[in-house]
Amino acid sequence: MSTASTEPQATAPTVDPATMLPPEQPVQILDDEGNLHEVEGFPLDLKDEDFRNLYRYMVLARRVDKQAINLQRQGQLGVYASLLGQEAAQVGGAYALADQDWVFPSYREMGAALVRGVDPGKILHLFRGTWLSNHDVKETQFGLLSIPIGTQALHAAGFAMGAKFDRKDIVVMSYFGDGATSEGDPHEAMNFAAVYDAPCIFFVQNNQYAISVPLSKQTKAPTIAHKAVGYGMPGYRCDGNDVLASYAVTRQAVDRARRGEGPSLVEAVTYRMEAHTTADDPTRYRTPEEIEEWKRRDPIARFETFLEKEGLLDDEFRAQIDEEAKGYAARMREEIYDAPHGDPLELFEHVYVDPPPSYEEQRSLLRRELDASKAGE
Amino acid sequence: MIVAITMAQALNTALHDAMEDDDRVVVFGEDVGKLGGVFRITDKLQERFGETRCFDTPLAESGIVGSAVGMAIYGYKPVVEMQFDGFTYPAFEQIVSHVAKMRNRSRGTLTLPITIRIPFGGGIGAVEHHSESPENFFAHVAGLKVVSPGTPSDGYSLLRESIASPDPVIFFEPKRRYWLKEDAELPTQTEPIGKAVVRREGTTATLFAYGPMVKTCMEAAAAAEDEGWDLEVVDLRSLTPFDAATVVESVKKTGHAVVVHEAQVFSGFGAELAAQVTERAFYHLEAPVLRVGGFDIPYPAAKLEEFFLPDVDRILDTVERSLSF
Repeated sequence: MSTASTEPQATAPTVDPATMLPPEQPVQILDDEGNLHEVEGFPLDLKDEDFRNLYRYMVLARRVDKQAINLQRQGQLGVYASLLGQEAAQVGGAYALADQDWVFPSYREMGAALVRGVDPGKILHLFRGTWLSNHDVKETQFGLLSIPIGTQALHAAGFAMGAKFDRKDIVVMSYFGDGATSEGDPHEAMNFAAVYDAPCIFFVQNNQYAISVPLSKQTKAPTIAHKAVGYGMPGYRCDGNDVLASYAVTRQAVDRARRGEGPSLVEAVTYRMEAHTTADDPTRYRTPEEIEEWKRRDPIARFETFLEKEGLLDDEFRAQIDEEAKGYAARMREEIYDAPHGDPLELFEHVYVDPPPSYEEQRSLLRRELDASKAGE
Repeated sequence: MIVAITMAQALNTALHDAMEDDDRVVVFGEDVGKLGGVFRITDKLQERFGETRCFDTPLAESGIVGSAVGMAIYGYKPVVEMQFDGFTYPAFEQIVSHVAKMRNRSRGTLTLPITIRIPFGGGIGAVEHHSESPENFFAHVAGLKVVSPGTPSDGYSLLRESIASPDPVIFFEPKRRYWLKEDAELPTQTEPIGKAVVRREGTTATLFAYGPMVKTCMEAAAAAEDEGWDLEVVDLRSLTPFDAATVVESVKKTGHAVVVHEAQVFSGFGAELAAQVTERAFYHLEAPVLRVGGFDIPYPAAKLEEFFLPDVDRILDTVERSLSF
């Protein structure tokens, strides 16, 4: 009698799950006072130039963010989702990518966009309502801002699967937040990516709140990074207000993916200093004490202290960044201020390559309405 | 060589030929690899093209469609399978919010040449959730094409055209007709997507149908000869785009329109067809456009499905109502 085929198969894990778990404390390289502590397993391969660049991107991100909020206050944008406080998480993560890599963002990724060379003014058309998006995805390798929560994680996984099947050296990064980890799509995305060893990084900015709902109402998991073990991938966890930790941890995940070893989950522990969007009132769910506590851990101030100690920050460099930031802000205003919406007839242009016959009828109807309103003026 | 081929063979051959002609065409979904799909529509594709061209995915419909979006942005032409109609719903958000809208959101810079194959409809005695007709959910969404073949030769041709289409296509396969035979020679090239076809010329009244109900309507038309009625049968083939011209032409000829589908009639595609005919051919109508479909109840248990599904009798009773109006 053969027993081999009828006995339940042994299901011992092939990889020790303990190796996939995050450390007890988030990886921190710069402490709150700006002192650098090397962390085993997360080497820093950064030159002075990189340190200065990380600082530059964080300051630019904050200034661009501020300009966007101002444009909203002036009625130029319908709404805007600020990244204030999350500069280190976004910039550090994106800085770990190479030129050929791709990013699939959520709607709060202005910092990552800057690092990847996407014109922030173009992105703001989504928030102004002139068009649903206006940056070239293929040229920038930066996906459309995705509003349905976590859905873009699957696009990242699929893109990474495609790159792998095509044997191309491309790593794909998906950004999403703590709230998105409760949705089904990021779960399915992590599972797909893991099953196919796809070169995909799931970068979670745990900014503590999904609008008003705190992390404790999203999950009972010890940390978000712990969820990775359920997919058979490493879960990294870093102090998201430490740009060096965010970079070094993501860099490990990216290198691993590039070596063909599959996806990783990176949890960057940070805090959303602003409201969820300009339409939100966070005083209803957060205390001033909590905000003060996080203000003390400001990512830019901390890195500044470090750079000053290292002698990497001087007035000339500050002035140079200030000029660059003013340039960005001016271009954003130029792009967005009183930007006209497009030709209403363009509404029919891009839905299909090959539109149905009804589009010609409906376009004619709209044309007549436009002519009539012009005649009535 | 002209031989009798089944709908299932036609669809399988279409997938094979599309993969042969374009190495960017990839087929994936649940059980489509080694097994060849629960209906064997992807039979032997993995064996022939390898595991990166035809592969099994984890059991997650949103994951299948969402990863297809990413693969399409990368440059592939994904053809994905939803195993059954009733399991399409987890993918609804990806289809509505991304597949349908990506080109418009990106102002025309990103097209998603994705084909989503869905075996649909009842009549095979299947267990709950395996016999539904969700086509009108998708016909309602701008940015998608929605097609359904009623014959094997159309199955081949429409599937090839769907895969080649730069626009995303929801491809509804009439599962009770997988074994329907037709004498044909593959490859077939029938009329393009967006064109309805008169399957049977007639003068008394017109039956409009698509997918599984095309055959039922042809049987009804044959039976109607006993009543002395000469029924026209129009196979819509695609719901989006809708071929209003062919529909109107037929109504102008017969003056009586009856639209038939398995889906529940309330807010079903028949309602759209009725509105289109009323708007475009009102003075040619001798009677209101009448709808034949499933009742407005959840799809029943298998032993009761025959009482739910439209059949020849229900169609002819409705024709009689139209003619006696």
